[in-house]
Amino acid sequence: MSKKHTIIATVTNRVGILARVTGLLAQRGYNIESAIAAPTEDPDIYKITLVVKGTEDQMEQVTKQLNKLIDVIKVIDISHENNYIVREYIIMKVNINRKNRSEVLELMNVFSARPLDVDNNTLTMELSARARKIDRLIALMKPFGINEYVRSGEFAMTEDPRRSS
Amino acid sequence: MKGAEILIDGLIKEGVDTIFGYPGGVMIPVFDVLYSTKEIKFILTRHEQGATHAADGYARSTGKTGVVFVTSGPGATNTITGIATAKMDSVPIVVVTGQVSTKSIGTDAFQETDMSGLTRSICKHNYLVNHVRDLPRVIKEAFYIANSGRPGPVSIDLPVDVVNDSLPDYKYPETIDLPGYKPVVKGHINQIKKLAEAIKNAEKPLLYTGGGIISSSAHNNLLQFISKTNIPVITTLMGLGSIPYDHPRFVGMPGMHGVAAANYALTECDLLISVGARFDDRITGPAGSFAKQAKIAHVDIDPAEIGKVVKTDIPVVGDANYVLEKLTEMVDNSEYVEWNSRMSELKMEYPLHYDQKAHEYILPQYAIDMVNKFTTDDAIIVTDVGQHQMWCAQFIKYKQPRCFLSSGGLGTMGYGLPAAMGAQVANPDRRVVAITGDGGIQMNIQELATCAINNIPVKVVVINNSYLGMVRQWQDLFWDGKFSQTCLKKTPDCPDHCKGPNGNCPNRYWPNLEKVAEANGVKGFRVESVHDLEKTFSAAFAHKGPALIEVMVDKLTNVFPMIPSGKKNNEILFGDEK
Ligand SMILES: Cc1ncc(C[n+]2csc(CCOP(=O)(O)OP(=O)(O)O)c2C)c(N)n1
Ligand SMILES: [Mg+2]
Repeated sequence: MSKKHTIIATVTNRVGILARVTGLLAQRGYNIESAIAAPTEDPDIYKITLVVKGTEDQMEQVTKQLNKLIDVIKVIDISHENNYIVREYIIMKVNINRKNRSEVLELMNVFSARPLDVDNNTLTMELSARARKIDRLIALMKPFGINEYVRSGEFAMTEDPRRSS
Repeated sequence: MKGAEILIDGLIKEGVDTIFGYPGGVMIPVFDVLYSTKEIKFILTRHEQGATHAADGYARSTGKTGVVFVTSGPGATNTITGIATAKMDSVPIVVVTGQVSTKSIGTDAFQETDMSGLTRSICKHNYLVNHVRDLPRVIKEAFYIANSGRPGPVSIDLPVDVVNDSLPDYKYPETIDLPGYKPVVKGHINQIKKLAEAIKNAEKPLLYTGGGIISSSAHNNLLQFISKTNIPVITTLMGLGSIPYDHPRFVGMPGMHGVAAANYALTECDLLISVGARFDDRITGPAGSFAKQAKIAHVDIDPAEIGKVVKTDIPVVGDANYVLEKLTEMVDNSEYVEWNSRMSELKMEYPLHYDQKAHEYILPQYAIDMVNKFTTDDAIIVTDVGQHQMWCAQFIKYKQPRCFLSSGGLGTMGYGLPAAMGAQVANPDRRVVAITGDGGIQMNIQELATCAINNIPVKVVVINNSYLGMVRQWQDLFWDGKFSQTCLKKTPDCPDHCKGPNGNCPNRYWPNLEKVAEANGVKGFRVESVHDLEKTFSAAFAHKGPALIEVMVDKLTNVFPMIPSGKKNNEILFGDEK
């Protein structure tokens, strides 16, 4: 069964590493839903968080192939782990008018989404949450008319204290 | 020390004795250092593809890392086919390409190509060196990566300013720090135990070995394992030579043009032990049909190979040599009498054969068999790609590892001659023979001159069937005999729809390979009759320098047995149906 997997690759910070990682997935025929590469507390180490759709067998191949890259230190498919904090971030601009503004604000409240900006015709909000919750917020805002949104893609961290490895 | 000097010094420290390559603008500073380097022999090929295959042939025949130096842009792109060839067959080569200066990168400067982008998916690892201080580390890492774990090509792109810059406190590194690269060599002992247990319980175990046996020098341990267990063996194209062709337990090569016995063995076995092979689709056939009766054990140094194509019951990640040694300690002596007699029966029932006496023209198999007559066990046979390659796999009497070189994974026409040249440079005292087709020889024919000028005495046997034979065979068997663009004699005067040789075929054809050879300083021979074949070989092999024999063979002989693409391992064509 094909489903979304969140994969974290810990990599050495070398030129072209993002291209290597995403290129490898493309080369092997996988579609990347999102990819985030960002520095960590160690300046030599970056983390790349990928959301990829595929079957369990395919994900096993993806992680193994990624592990083969010389600059990839570690790969985990966090869909297999429970103790992970996973978040995604969204900024969304919704069309509003005087009549429905309070309704929009009320819904935002339920999600703990924060307003960032507002004028007579639009309201801009932000939310950091699990991807599913963000999906739902988008679905609820749709009837009002979504002007624009941008999502960060998922990123994650283990709840456990870091083991020295 | 200047970057160029650091590069050469690093190579010497890595034990490099030979470089194949071709110069150009941005590489002049490097070639300038080579001008006065005595430790390294440089073979100036006539094309960068030739250099890359030569380095590959050097590497496959010795196990050492082959090295290529070429310039940026077109020089660099000309190496692509060679790099991809080496990648597919896990061959250690290091390809150093010149690059425009770091300040010009990204500006579409003269002869700039994004080599790291181009090679990313066809090499094991690549580098673009941005600063001279990185150079020593890069060289050290490149050689380590190329020839450890599962070997493969590494590309180093070297901007001209890096080569010219100086590093005051140069020291070649002694250690390597690659946190992301820790090739497993040992193999988990519990998994090996599991495998030993499975062997104990099996009645019809079958070993399926590949190139991994050769790259990990596991052939001796393989032979010991076999003599203790008497498990029959089938071997992939890449693994040929890891067990002598006439070993009593050797069943043959499986796959599309493998021997029937090996393919039937696959369908009948109850435990398949793959060691250093990768379940290529030329062997497995359609998904789900492969070795259906069998439990599958897979020993490979590359964890990504395990489970990639076929579901594995017993995975063992580890070096073939180590695993076989441990496994031999763990298993009991066994005979598998019934199963082995079944193997003998299959081998007797479906022998490979050809019948020269029944044919007027030279049969390609006969010509290839003739090579056996003129070579000893340590001869290195290098093939090109096509029908002749498969006949070589079927009829060459390979006895030792690293003696049968062939482009398996990529199937690169044009591989044969330059790879043979590289193997000969690496093994000056051994006989090296390139067996190639009338198509393939023309893809890197310029290297004849390289052989002649450098006294590289390869013997080139061209199996001339006047066709791109392997493609013509498919057209013959599956495309209603419509020989579209596979006849090398075809002229504009030929009818549009030709279904094979007939009385109206043009007599002339080009090139005249005998003359091409002679014009390149290589002794040329041409033989058309069965009667003259042995004499001609005798003369060519007696000749001191390089020689080329163009053997005019029967045009329409097909390679059998054959499992058509998409068919199962027991759906074999023998060529006598109809
Ligand atoms: C570079 C390259 N181009 C095309 C092919 C496809 N191809 C595979 S075998 C073959 C025919 C080879 O002809 P020849 O060298 O005469 O050998 P033969 O099959 O006749 O023995 C072709 C065109 C290939 N493998 N490599
Ligand atoms: Mg041919």
